[in-house]
Amino acid sequence: MLKFLEPNKIFLITSKAPKYVMALFIVVLSLGLIESLILSPEDYKQSHSVRIMYVHVPAAWISLGIFSSITILSLSGFIFKNKHFFLIAKSLAPSGLVFNIIALVTGSIWGKPTWGTWWAWDARITSMLILVLFYLMYLLAWRIYNDKEQVFKITTIITIFGIINVPIIKYSVDWWNTLHQPASINILSKSTIHSSMLFPLMIMTAAFALFSLLIFLMKYNTELIKIKNKGLDRL
Amino acid sequence: MYGRKVKLRFFFVVLLSLSLILSVYLVLKSLEENVVYFKSPSDVKQIGELKNKKIRIGGMVKKNSIEIINNQVKFIITDFKNEINVTYSGVIPNLFSEGKGVVAEGHLRDRSFFEASKILAKHDENYMPPEVKEAIGENK
Repeated sequence: MLKFLEPNKIFLITSKAPKYVMALFIVVLSLGLIESLILSPEDYKQSHSVRIMYVHVPAAWISLGIFSSITILSLSGFIFKNKHFFLIAKSLAPSGLVFNIIALVTGSIWGKPTWGTWWAWDARITSMLILVLFYLMYLLAWRIYNDKEQVFKITTIITIFGIINVPIIKYSVDWWNTLHQPASINILSKSTIHSSMLFPLMIMTAAFALFSLLIFLMKYNTELIKIKNKGLDRL
Repeated sequence: MYGRKVKLRFFFVVLLSLSLILSVYLVLKSLEENVVYFKSPSDVKQIGELKNKKIRIGGMVKKNSIEIINNQVKFIITDFKNEINVTYSGVIPNLFSEGKGVVAEGHLRDRSFFEASKILAKHDENYMPPEVKEAIGENK
């Protein structure tokens, strides 16, 4: 099943795509940085600190999105016994971890001037920290176990445990009192962010998504080369 | 359509997820007291007995309630149902102002008097440029 996932055919795409994705990423990122650092207005309350949000929020979104993708891929790989899904999931994970850490660090830098503290053990921040731990466990599992079958099972279990945390992160600000503010961008109700600030946020999200795609393609390429040349990780 | 093994693995995943969701739900439910970052003034009114334990109280800084005497700041935290008087001396975060969210950490002296040892400003979910804020303010 899934003939289109054959390594040789995919390799043709993944070996050529990165340079185009890279070019697009540089264009979108430059546009996003100009928008968010120069053209967008300062906030009425927090003035220029608001610009941290243009990195913080996209990074948090991408890290949640990638973890969800990893879970779906691992579950599909586990249920349908398809090894390609696991390799795609593995290649996605590093950029998810990096964006998760970026979200925590920029949140901390924002928290000091606005809240008055670097860190608070509130539900949103703690659950994001737990997500970092799940990312680390996931990536470590790939390094610890040599037997591929074992890795597939363990990473699947890790993602099942970890995915339960994802809705908790999303709704923590609604379910409990947290220091972190609730979501400003809502699909069902009106967003509480002004359009002049929403625009750079969307551009930056696109830039970060392209960056993840770029890293993913490079990582996945490496995985395919490993299979091709050495035959060590033969699928 | 799918093989028997595929179905079995699918049910294994579903059962594992369900049992995990249920156990996480139960754990969080029983730990709710610790998961919430702060109590509202109404929650404080419902505390059975006052313990000399550090707690956090959050809400809005009541309009026209900030008084500064020497190094001490006095203000009222309100959730628009109940209020608590707070005294504090120390560094005040930049965003601390009347009508905005605040979280105070410290000790409860009695049900309506709180001695804070740390103050955090709580930012809300509204983001807009100053001109827009002024325009909204004028309309009100």
